[in-house]
Amino acid sequence: MSEFKQTFNSSLGKKLIMALTGLFLCTFLIVHLSGNLSLFNHDHGYAFNAYANFMTHFPPIRVVSYLLYLSIIVHSVYALILTINNRKARPVSYASGNDSPQSWSAKNMGILGSILLVFIVIHMKDFWFKYHQEDFSENAEYVIPYKEYKKDLVSGELLSARDLPPGKYNYAVFTEGNVETMIAKDLYQTVEIAFKQWWYVLFYVVALGALSFHLLHGFQSSFRTLGWVHRRYNGIIYQIGVWLFAIIIPLGFAAMPVVYYLTR
Amino acid sequence: MSLNANIPQGPLAEKWTKHKFNLKLVNPANKRKYDIIVVGTGLAGASAAATLAELGYNVKAFCFQDSPRRAHSIAAQGGINAAKNYQNDGDSVYRLFYDTIKGGDYRAREANVYRLAEVSVNIIDQCVAQGVPFAREYGGLLDNRSFGGAQVSRTFYARGQTGQQLLLGAYSALNRQIHKGKVKMYTRHEMLDVVKIDGHARGIVTRNLINGEIDTHAGHAVLLCTGGYSNVFYLSTNAIGSNVTAAWRAHKRGAYFANPCYTQIHPTCIPVTGDHQSKLTLMSESLRNDGRVWAPKTVEIAEKLRKKEITAAEVAEDDRDYFLERKYPAFGNLVPRDVASRNAKEMVDEGKGVGGSGFAVFLDFADAIKRMGEDTVRAKYGNLFDMYIQITDENPYKQPMRIYPAVHYTMGGLWVDYNLSTNVPGLYALGECNFSDHGANRLGASALMQGLADGYFVIPYTLGDYLATIGPKPVDKNHPAFAETKQDVINYVNKLLALKGTKTVNEYHRDLGHIMWEYCGMARTEEGLTKAKQLIKDLKADFWRNAIVTGENEEINNALERAGRVADFIELGELMVTDALMRRESCGGHFRLESQTEEGEALRDDENFAFAAAWEFKGENIEEELHKEELIFENVKLAQRNYK
Amino acid sequence: MSNGNMNLTLKVWRQQDSKTAGKFVTYKAEHISPDMSFLEMLDVVNESIMLKGEEPIYFDHDCREGICGMCSLYINGRPHGPKRAITTCQLHMRSFKDGQTITIEPWRAAAFPVIKDLAVDRSAFDRIQQAGGYISINTGGVPDANEIPIPKVIADEAFNSATCIGCGACVAACKNASAMLFVSAKVSQLGMLPQGQTERYSRVQSMVAQMDEEGFGNCTNTGACEAECPKEITLTNIARMNNDFFSAKFFREAHANDIAE
Repeated sequence: MSEFKQTFNSSLGKKLIMALTGLFLCTFLIVHLSGNLSLFNHDHGYAFNAYANFMTHFPPIRVVSYLLYLSIIVHSVYALILTINNRKARPVSYASGNDSPQSWSAKNMGILGSILLVFIVIHMKDFWFKYHQEDFSENAEYVIPYKEYKKDLVSGELLSARDLPPGKYNYAVFTEGNVETMIAKDLYQTVEIAFKQWWYVLFYVVALGALSFHLLHGFQSSFRTLGWVHRRYNGIIYQIGVWLFAIIIPLGFAAMPVVYYLTR
Repeated sequence: MSLNANIPQGPLAEKWTKHKFNLKLVNPANKRKYDIIVVGTGLAGASAAATLAELGYNVKAFCFQDSPRRAHSIAAQGGINAAKNYQNDGDSVYRLFYDTIKGGDYRAREANVYRLAEVSVNIIDQCVAQGVPFAREYGGLLDNRSFGGAQVSRTFYARGQTGQQLLLGAYSALNRQIHKGKVKMYTRHEMLDVVKIDGHARGIVTRNLINGEIDTHAGHAVLLCTGGYSNVFYLSTNAIGSNVTAAWRAHKRGAYFANPCYTQIHPTCIPVTGDHQSKLTLMSESLRNDGRVWAPKTVEIAEKLRKKEITAAEVAEDDRDYFLERKYPAFGNLVPRDVASRNAKEMVDEGKGVGGSGFAVFLDFADAIKRMGEDTVRAKYGNLFDMYIQITDENPYKQPMRIYPAVHYTMGGLWVDYNLSTNVPGLYALGECNFSDHGANRLGASALMQGLADGYFVIPYTLGDYLATIGPKPVDKNHPAFAETKQDVINYVNKLLALKGTKTVNEYHRDLGHIMWEYCGMARTEEGLTKAKQLIKDLKADFWRNAIVTGENEEINNALERAGRVADFIELGELMVTDALMRRESCGGHFRLESQTEEGEALRDDENFAFAAAWEFKGENIEEELHKEELIFENVKLAQRNYK
Repeated sequence: MSNGNMNLTLKVWRQQDSKTAGKFVTYKAEHISPDMSFLEMLDVVNESIMLKGEEPIYFDHDCREGICGMCSLYINGRPHGPKRAITTCQLHMRSFKDGQTITIEPWRAAAFPVIKDLAVDRSAFDRIQQAGGYISINTGGVPDANEIPIPKVIADEAFNSATCIGCGACVAACKNASAMLFVSAKVSQLGMLPQGQTERYSRVQSMVAQMDEEGFGNCTNTGACEAECPKEITLTNIARMNNDFFSAKFFREAHANDIAE
């Protein structure tokens, strides 16, 4: 066991942890984005709310989600440790700065990461925390209301969507004949409210910009750290890093607040 | 005192084998009772230190650089010779021996050269096993190239940095022994004297270049692997730090200095641009395969070129003098280094030099580009052209290169016998530091070979014989000789620090360089050398009156380091001139204008000068005494070189 | 003395020794020729300082042809100055403009303490090499050189890694003062060659352990090292080393101290 400890205490070991947690968070982004695409459905949040419930209640996903929280914490803590080490490695900085050719994102991973961490905290407080809030007492600060959807299973048409009066409900899906009724927490509404504020939208866009640059370097860098480089695949990894993680994913996420702000 | 080279008896090819058998051995358990001092960590020093430590001796190694890896062996470009005959082109140990003896103009010791050729094959094996990345063929086997002075391809190479790769190999072996604790490495230490007890070398005095601490180190033997003395010319292809101090101080303690006037001048270097120049850069000789050397036919045209009124391209074909092709129709531009260099100097002396300073001739690739196309030329010489552009900011694809000869190797050095021992028992000299194997001229790719041969395969045997003879009794560090020698060094350092004149040490060095280059360079005369001798004496006197040395001893003091080295160079310069005056013949790198054939070739005088000249120091400002080691050629027939 | 027409202002870091605090001192470099190398320009400045009886600026240098790796100098924000793939000694004054101010600093890294002015102690590099940067064979008793065929592509790639001159520009350029490029070049060279296989996995562990002990920073693959390396050693070496290291730690029997003997 001590050998493992030794391995992870080495500079390369710490970098390995950064790479693995980073890559895991990258895969989560794909899942998160594909789920969130349902925000673009014109269904009063039916699909989105179902998805939100699935993500928070399906047991295997819950296990993964704990891994995810852990990854975020470990990635941040190790980033901090490494940054402190790196500062110590150069106690006197250069008066003439550092003009060596290198990408801007590579040079600013720490700042970009810090922006992302602040974003994640706020993002989770506003959505994840509220969603998990089970205090239905009078003085509860904010409670996500429930909504009842009725859907025709034959035509697939949404028949009705009704806000339920404040109170305690449970997530439920039941079918009567061809009509499916779903009672679910209306996270969709929370999203709608949030994305109506311009500063909130701006904050999201900035954070997702940071995400783009963070992943522009981070994704391909993690492969280097893991030692997975080969001239045959380097190009592919680079392209995935740029197109999927630095362009498509941040753009997809950023589109949500922007579209909501502009259209709803 | 007659010089005994201790050459073993018997047929040439069996000498080394028989000698190895006859040498005494040190019992493995006793080896750890011996301390060996190795000064210098180039190819010879690093390989010797590592190999001796592997055998079990305790080694202390010293270098003035910040890391043993930076010794100037690192700068060798071309390659290393070995009689492997991998190319099946007729090479053999005997042929390598013969080429080296002939290339050295019959002024080297047969037995040493044969041994060098013999162990050359082991060197390649050793280096490959260490992980030295030599160039390879597609089949995975080692590649060879051909080099000057040989008709076979026997040169192993690692692109243009064979020296660095070989040195890193030796350095890695040294590192392994440092890690094991068998070698104690002292970097940024300069050796300033040899400690002798009862006539035997028993230690050294060093100065720590960081804090000025002057210290003594004791050992059963001292190995000097401190390189050559080309920097006596101020401008050379050597590193700025390369110096003669260790060898010279040993000389002043009794070690003979042999053939100091044998210096090699390389024809294709980038010329000097001004007085500020600190060093010359060599470009591979291979350039002469395709480039044509020329100078303007008249002084007037040269003058216009120097003033940049016209460009080289504007000089009409009829106004160009392709002097090598004109004088040597058979070999043309491919005449040996010394011939090409001398002819370039002649042109400059006649006022036909080009470039801002006038100290250059052209090396023109226009015809080659016309013949082969620019791409082919680029593929062949691209890296050299890049280097040229980098330094001169001129494009050799568009206008001819300017070249001029520069000093880059010294064949002379401390006199050693067959065992690499100087005449002071216990004091050894390896690599370029000794005088042994190249005679009056060294062939390309042979310096690396000699350094490694001495360090890996010769000294480990011959040193054991001496150590077994003296026995493993520890060296008494309390012997008064240590304190006395240390005090001598302290006094000397203080004498240097007391210099508070008006002229920097660097200027003295530059002045010395001018004298040496002018009178003891490519072409030497009785008259010039006599004049030079007086000039150097005057320079020396002026140095001790008027030089300026700033700072103190107890700190990093570059001025002090330089002062000591330059003072030694001045003394060596005088000895070189003395040696050149004595040798009234031309041979290899030593060209006396008085001694040349009708065609202007070096003319040897085998009857009177077939000897190695070993000089003995007799005291400050006293003429040194000459000892002759007669060279006996039993296997090769002496002949005149001819390249027409 | 010198006869050029460039005049420059130099801001040079002066520091008596490792224990004393340093500061910038301004010097004028006058009549500088564009054909001078950067170090020759400093020589000229030093000559004038010495003639005033003051102590010259100390900087490391030796071969002055870009191979010994001794020269350093962080010039206007970049190790070895503004040009690519050269050392400071190969930098010429024509790369600067007349009237320009040039800031000259030593390499900055905890593992490279300043010993005087612009010179630093790079013995950490030697200690990393001593920890395992070799193939453990003695002199003699080795097989014939051609008994070990090596594919040309491997030999060439190993050579590319072997060209490292150990100058430390990679550490100087890295925002984290990481020595990964240097260490990985040596690990790669020996790890790729058949001769180096026996100790491949112990070597990488020993060398990385020593590197960490010396106090270098951690690699974040920024690529500044590769961009500043005078011998253009590539980042691929770092990835190769990482691969060997993790392979050694998780899947091999080799231990770091196997190499210690």
